[in-house]
Parts: sequence; C-alpha cells; structure tokens
Amino acid sequence: MYVVSSVTCPFCGCCCDDVEVIVENNRVFDVRNACALGASKFMGYNEHRNTKPLIRKNGELVEASLEETIERCAEVLANAQYPLLYGWSNTSCEAIRVGLELAEEVGGIIDNTTTVCHGPSILAIQDVGIPGCTLGQIRHRADLIIYWGCNPWSAHPRHIERYTALSEGRFQKAIWKRYLSRLILESARKKRYRVASLAFKGGAATLLAEEERWIVPPPEERKMVVIDVRRTRTADLADMFIKVKPGGDYDVLQALRALIRDEELDVNEVAGIPVEKLEELADLMVNAKFGVIFFGLGLTMSVGKLRNVEAAIKLTRDLNMYTKFLIMPMRGHFNVTGANVVFTWQTGYPYAVDFSHGYPRYNPGETSAIDVLSRGDADAALVIASDPVSSFPRRAVENLVKNPLIVIDPCLSPTALMADVVIPSAFVGIEAEGTTYRMDHVPLPLKKVVDPPQGVLTDEEILQRILRKVREIKSKSSSS
Amino acid sequence: MMELTLITGRTVEQGCTKEYAKISDEYMMSVTICEMNAEDMKRLGVKDGGNVKISTDVGSIVVKAVTSRRIRTPGIIFIPFGPWVNAILPADTEGTGMPPLKGFKVRVEPTDEPILTIKDLLLKIYGKK
Repeated sequence: MYVVSSVTCPFCGCCCDDVEVIVENNRVFDVRNACALGASKFMGYNEHRNTKPLIRKNGELVEASLEETIERCAEVLANAQYPLLYGWSNTSCEAIRVGLELAEEVGGIIDNTTTVCHGPSILAIQDVGIPGCTLGQIRHRADLIIYWGCNPWSAHPRHIERYTALSEGRFQKAIWKRYLSRLILESARKKRYRVASLAFKGGAATLLAEEERWIVPPPEERKMVVIDVRRTRTADLADMFIKVKPGGDYDVLQALRALIRDEELDVNEVAGIPVEKLEELADLMVNAKFGVIFFGLGLTMSVGKLRNVEAAIKLTRDLNMYTKFLIMPMRGHFNVTGANVVFTWQTGYPYAVDFSHGYPRYNPGETSAIDVLSRGDADAALVIASDPVSSFPRRAVENLVKNPLIVIDPCLSPTALMADVVIPSAFVGIEAEGTTYRMDHVPLPLKKVVDPPQGVLTDEEILQRILRKVREIKSKSSSS
Repeated sequence: MMELTLITGRTVEQGCTKEYAKISDEYMMSVTICEMNAEDMKRLGVKDGGNVKISTDVGSIVVKAVTSRRIRTPGIIFIPFGPWVNAILPADTEGTGMPPLKGFKVRVEPTDEPILTIKDLLLKIYGKK
C-alpha cells in the first residue's frame, strides 16, 4: 500500500490539487482531502466499468476486437459528409489536441460541453471582455464574495473552503466562526418555528419572517452573498441571501448598475427583491476593497442567457470605477476550460468549430452541437468523455442516435448504450496522465495513480489510432 | 394539473452517483425526483414520495415528488440533470447554442404510472437500448 500525494482531482473545474490517493494492488483503496463528488469518482470509478470494445450487430452491442472497432470508427468518420465530434471536457488537453486534428481531417464539426454550460458566457465575454484573476488572488484578498446563480455546495463542494469565504487568506480571514455561530442561531430558530407552528396559528409566520433579517458583519471581515432562485445549501452559508424570481436576473443586474451610480429606482421591487435590499447590496459592493462575482448556470441557462452574463460583466466593469471588482464563471467539468483553451490555440475559437469548409468557422447557434443535431445536419457522430443522451434535449438526441454513433468512454453511459461502436478508454486523472486547466485558466498536471485494465488505451492513443486509420482510408480512396 | 416553473441543476447525490454509474439504481433514484414546495404538493393532491407526471410540448416523464425546504415559494420545482428531465426539454437555442434548461413552464399532475428505468426510457423514447 502506498500514498500518491498532490493528485489533481478530475471532477469539477476547481481541480483541487491536494488530493491524496491510497493505492493497494493497483486499486484505489482510499482517498483523502477530496469532496464527496471527487471521492465518489476515485472510489467508484471501477465499479460499473466497461473494458471491452463493443459493436452493434443485429440491434445488440456485442464484443469485438479493438482493431475492428477502430477500423469501424475510421470508416464511419471518413465516409461521413458532416460528422460531429462532441465532448472533450472530461479528457486531457493532449487528447483534445488530437481530436481537433481528427476533426480537421474529416471536415466535421467539433464542439465541447461548453455549448450546454458556459457557452453564453463565452459569447458575452467576446462582446465585452472580462476582468478576471486567479483563484489564489481571491483566496488571499477578496473581502466580498458573491455567488450568483450557482450552488458550489453541490456542484463545486470545495470551492468555498479552498478559494473563498471559508479559506484562510494572507490578508482575509476565513468566516468559519461566524458561520458556525449563525448555524447555532438558525438551529434554535428552527426549533422555535416548530414549537410555534404546533402551539398557535400565525406564530410560524412571525418566525419565518425572522430569517429574512440580515446581521451586518464587521466592515473589516470578509462577507459572502448568494443570489439565486431557491435557497440552496450555499445560501445557508451566506451572510446575505437574495432570492430572485426565475428569469429576473437581468433586471436585478441592471437595477444594481443604476443603484451603484446613485440613481433612484421608481419601483418598490425588482424581480421579487425589495429595492431597499438591492440598495444594501449596492452599498456592500461599492464599499468592498476587493469584490468578486462567481456566476453559474443560473445566468447562462435561464431567459436572457448571454445577455445576463453581459449585464453581470458590465456591472463588474462599472464597480471598478469605485473599487476593485472581478468576475469568474464557475466551470463544471474538470477540463472544460482546457477544452476552450486548446480549441482556441488550435483554431482561434473556443467551441462550436466547423471544419466543413476546410478552414475553421465559428458561429454558435449554427455550428453548435445542439443546433447541428436539431436541424438533422450531422450524419455521424463521435462522442468522447461525455454523455449527451443525458444532457441534450430530446430532438437533438433523436437525431444523434439515428445516425452512426461512436462513443469513447471509460463507462457504459446512456450514450454508450445507444451507440453503434463503443471503445473503452482509461480514466484521465486516475489511469492516465495529462494536463487540465482549472476554472481560472491555471494549467495543472493530472496524475496516473493506477494502471488501466489490460488492453484499455488512453483517449489520446485511441484518437491517434483512429486518425491514422482515417488517413489510410482517405489516401487509398484518393489514389484509386 | 398545475403549471409550474422547472429549474434543473446539480445535486451532490446526482454528482456522486453519476460517477458511480449512470446505469445503476442509485443514479436513477438521485435524478428521478422532483423537489416541490409543500403548498404546491398540497394543492396538487400529491403526497411526499408519490409519483408525478411532468409534461411539456416535447413529451412527458414520471418522477417522484419530494417535499423540499429549499423551495420556499410556491410555483417552482427542481429536477436534477439527467436523461429523464432532458427528454422533455425543448431544443430551441434562440441562436445561442444553449437550450433553455432553467426556468421554463411545465405541467405537473399526480399519476399512478411507474418511473421508467434508464433502459426502458431509452427504448421508449429513442427506440434503442
């Protein structure tokens, strides 16, 4: 038994690089420092594993040799008019680089999972830019942390502990004590609420109103604000929680832009939030020494999409007239930022790249995976390190599965169950090394802590073999 | 039947079980739930743990209704990301590449129909498994 230290977690965009994995007989025995999500990946990755290449014959997926599956993949891609190559955010930058070469070779569309997470954020950033920094700066200096439309407690469980309010920075202290005392008070309040609801009618309502009170922390202490449509677990940690009506984020962001310029609002509330509360928030923002807004899919997936993000960036820009303020998207998959980076350095565009003209074209809404599939344009697809059957809308999935579908994935995902060819691959960050980019664009090395099962190759090797085969087929057809 | 606003998103349970295996019962149990406000459940006549049918113009799914103390105002329901909820999502991206995954209107009604397993769901909707 031995310990592999400083392992980068291959789960979310936090890419925590302090994970320790205990290995025994080439199996992960235990994992330390990881959150529930990361630990679940390290401990459970081998439980429901597919290690055999599969090909669909007579409607059933049956075992085949690796050579046969790679040859079939190459034939499908080489013969397709407009293949879609989708996924990429759960694999290494090295594999993504080969994938882009393959997309160019077959003249297809290549898109990553950005398209269904922070695609609108990228469109907004391309319009208005983004004032950003690394998470280390935020950990040490930020005295106002705003989580807008995101729930790191559930999606990025160590984000608050490692980089923001609960982290011990050089110039800012963690708010653990304040959080714990609030937790005790909240627990007492709930007990009173339960007793009051049992004892007399109306008592419960009085005590419910009590929760809306906000106790202002001392000015020198770090503060955390959560803005969301529902009271998430992250909101329980916050000093101030603001509940916005679904679809009301754009209104609230523009209202805040007006308030920080000392303009009066002629309404009593904006998207369900009393103006007094927004004024309090505007004061807090203007008086912060170093503020940061982390935003999630609550802005990108709801009505307004890129315009919500654009308004949030413009609010940040406006705040920089008074103080230092930054903004950062909460990226989901561990290497979705890397996918954007590699796509950009190879093609000039971060996602939704179309090679069908022989050169890279980019027009999200037209060249993005869901639009290509919904229109029924793609005539074949290669899905790698992703599960679009679980994350795409129905019409897109219907068109994805009716054409030849190749899946390269370590697990038998719902997409793999629908595929015509399935090639098992090694888990990047557990069984294969590589490079990943954290959500703040810091590149980190992924470690190989155990060997992959016999005969199982890495994504990069599989893609290189497919690429070689495609080139062979193309050179044969051009010479004949 | 009631018209409510659907929010989809991640939960810790969904995140953990998706890494364990998406074809497992654990994953199915973590994503075939519909977190609802207690008042909405009362008005709908559905009990905690009872099945509800969620419908849009795209299609319908059956999931289990769960009382949520996180949804404190009526009118909103929450279903974790997964193939079940995606089967009723519209694909219109309004030229952005992103479908509307949060904050769209759905019809909710109590039902006795069972929740489909992942293989049955794929077979019913897409004709393959």
